[in-house]
Amino acid sequence: MSERDRAPAAPRWRDPRAEPPAVRRALIVAAVAFLALFLLLPLLVVFVRALEKGTAAYLAAIAEPYARAAALLTLRTAALVVPANLLFGLAAAWAVTRFEFRGKNLLVTLVDAPFTVSPVVAGLLFVLLFGAQGLFGPWLLARGVKILFSWPAIALVTAFVTMPLVARQLIPLMQAQGSDEEQAALTLGASPWRMFFRVALPKVRWGLLYGVLLCNARAMGEFGAVSVVSGHIRGSTNTLPLHVEILYDEYQFQAAFAVATLLALLGLLTLAAQALLDWRLRRRGGA
Amino acid sequence: MIRSRPLPLLAATLVAALFAAPAAGQPLRLLNASYDPTRELYQELNATFAREWTAKTGQTIELQQSHGGSGKQARAVIDGLEADVVTLALAWDIDAIAATGLLPKSWQERLPHRSCPYTSTVVFLVRKGNPKGIRDWDDLARPGVAVITPNPKTSGGARWNVLAAWGWAVRRHGSEERARALLRGIFQNVPVLDTGARGATITFVERGIGDVLLAWENEAWLALRELGPDRLEIVLPSVSILAEPPVALVDRVADRRRTRAAAEAYLEFLYSPAAQEIAARHHYRPTSPEVMAKHATDFPSLELFTIDEQFGGWARAHERFFAAGGELDRAMARR
Amino acid sequence: MRGARRGPLPGFGLALGFTLSYLGALVLLPFAALLLRALQLTPARFWELVSTPRTLAAFRLSFGAALTAAAVNLLCGLLVAWVLERYRFPGRRLLDALVDLPFALPTAVAGIALTALWDERGWLGALVAPLGIRVANTPLGVLVALVFIGLPFVVRTVQPVLRGLEPALEEAAASLGASRRQAFARVLLPELRPAALTGFVLAIARGLGEYGSVIFIAGNLPERTEIAPLLIMIRLEEYDLAGATAIAATFLAASLLLLFAVNLLSWRQRRRVGAA
Repeated sequence: MSERDRAPAAPRWRDPRAEPPAVRRALIVAAVAFLALFLLLPLLVVFVRALEKGTAAYLAAIAEPYARAAALLTLRTAALVVPANLLFGLAAAWAVTRFEFRGKNLLVTLVDAPFTVSPVVAGLLFVLLFGAQGLFGPWLLARGVKILFSWPAIALVTAFVTMPLVARQLIPLMQAQGSDEEQAALTLGASPWRMFFRVALPKVRWGLLYGVLLCNARAMGEFGAVSVVSGHIRGSTNTLPLHVEILYDEYQFQAAFAVATLLALLGLLTLAAQALLDWRLRRRGGA
Repeated sequence: MIRSRPLPLLAATLVAALFAAPAAGQPLRLLNASYDPTRELYQELNATFAREWTAKTGQTIELQQSHGGSGKQARAVIDGLEADVVTLALAWDIDAIAATGLLPKSWQERLPHRSCPYTSTVVFLVRKGNPKGIRDWDDLARPGVAVITPNPKTSGGARWNVLAAWGWAVRRHGSEERARALLRGIFQNVPVLDTGARGATITFVERGIGDVLLAWENEAWLALRELGPDRLEIVLPSVSILAEPPVALVDRVADRRRTRAAAEAYLEFLYSPAAQEIAARHHYRPTSPEVMAKHATDFPSLELFTIDEQFGGWARAHERFFAAGGELDRAMARR
Repeated sequence: MRGARRGPLPGFGLALGFTLSYLGALVLLPFAALLLRALQLTPARFWELVSTPRTLAAFRLSFGAALTAAAVNLLCGLLVAWVLERYRFPGRRLLDALVDLPFALPTAVAGIALTALWDERGWLGALVAPLGIRVANTPLGVLVALVFIGLPFVVRTVQPVLRGLEPALEEAAASLGASRRQAFARVLLPELRPAALTGFVLAIARGLGEYGSVIFIAGNLPERTEIAPLLIMIRLEEYDLAGATAIAATFLAASLLLLFAVNLLSWRQRRRVGAA
């Protein structure tokens, strides 16, 4: 699939795959208008409102101690959750794409399940498990183990919500690639782990990175599920998205939007990295 | 593909740095789970108490806050939020916590004034110039008046709103039928129902929805100051309810965390002249007569009734108004 | 048949073992807790809890808005995918990368941004207010939020299919005398349909559960603009664990059914492709 096939240099007269210029232009305008309305403007408004009182107020909102504590908790949560889901994604993809076994379809459905569960329901699930009235809560609390309303619950719900993201990237990729190289490596006498790290892993690394980026973005941005289990203690169990809500509730709109820009920038950074990866992948695929 | 890999090493170092806990010893920490409109009040109270405590004991103390709708906060404490003290919008929510055994059922007798260091009442916040001419409770049920109140099912403040309206109607007309009709009329006029008092204030002031906001007196003054003395004004109804937001020590949590002494001192501090002065400045009605006298001009007197005299206490009021199928559900049902 | 049978590759036990324990701890266990709670309710009580007018209204709004938003995204998504894949214009790359923004932008940020944009004093809200259209605090606001949230799905499922289409297909249609419109309806659309449908169902599933972006813009009025996830939250806050559980269980069952439908669709799609 080289891009050249469709370059504007293609014959202008009656290409069977091209629409009349007027139609083409109308379609482009419609699509761009839709994207501008639903993607660009919401993004823009965050930055405009964050800077409406000037850069000094902006910087003050970001450097404020509660904001810093929230950022730290968010980073810590991601640092716990992303590697765990990375391992899980690799294991699940390896099991699903390299072996045949009964119940495979069910397994794939289960891997996807958290994706369709409402974040609020996800939070509720963990309240039912670890709440003082829950399944394990009383037993754990009696032993001084605190899960709900502290970082373990935040990490758990975040892991739940972002669980499918790495696996979903890897499964189709590994399915498409097949396992000839892995088998060749084994035939040549490589140990299983060596084969895995030297052959299997490098083959999927870009897809893996893609999944990790997405997982990271979602882990840092999760709101509904974390809101149910966090307890909203300032400086202790508030993540950045929750901090945005608190500021908003305190009439500090400019500060709320300022902190929101941090999260928006994170999202944009993720998108940029993904675009870079995409470009690299396609170049390799074409080569 | 063999090359040196500084990346994993770098990543590991970063993660290690992230989790490196501050080496200092754990300071004494108290968590106060409170309701929505007290954010600014406790910010100032906490700073003052921390200073006093350090001066008295030499110990540093860190006061943590958690805010949300009163019912939501009570639920969180029941589910295991380790709050040493709760300062909620109504006694019923603390009763619900007490029902699980976290504190004794007689908690309200442990501190003066039935455990309410400050009180408040329900007032109307209207647009500048009061274009809809809203003077008293029956104006809220007039067609064409949009009323903003938080959801009484989740917001403590909104429960006071319901009871205030009902109490006024019963006193004015002497008839429960009229009270029921008033409540129904008001709730048919509600275009937005936020879960907490803060959400409602933001809807009214920032999003510009509605003609009148039913709010705590302190919240109304705060909104006026923060968001627009030129856009809003406060209207006092002829009669309103004495809203009594109580405070309590959560014994089981404080004992587990060994914070009882500090937590008790904290609650007693709320009754001290310094704290009462701060409360008055934040437009909470102080219970100390001296402080109240000093701020008399800030608190115009209006006829206030209590929940005990009008409704026979929270347990009965809850059953009658807020339980499933109660007066509130009937008033909010469509048609 | 691509994946090898059990045998040639190592690690089956380890990989499956880890996968199952992780899934078990993080997914099955919580689901079991919910099921256990729900089973403690008698069927009559369960029905009573989920059939109150308020709950039914919330379900209606959630499903209705998710369906409508997904339909909007189906149409606009096809359009966007088509334009991004087939045409060249300045800014195309940037827009292509931005399509994933709703995945990467935290929902709370999306919520306050959309509210700031669409409430009566916002850039767009003020624009449509003179026309008598109110977006924030109406069901329309829910729709706007869900369109934003579900935007990437159809685009991203259709794009690769569009890219992989053989040019010969359309050329053949043209040489057989089909107009461009006919070629699109008869030749292209059937090829795109399975992918578009998958994206459509995924957008519904995501829209159903969405919470963060909706609550800021919806106004949250019971029986009018209150979505089902918010009602679950409210029941929790009223210490009505039974009510929350009943609604959550119903909701979860519906979402899982949808997910199953997606997997069935993609499975059939794969079989079709495999057979071709």
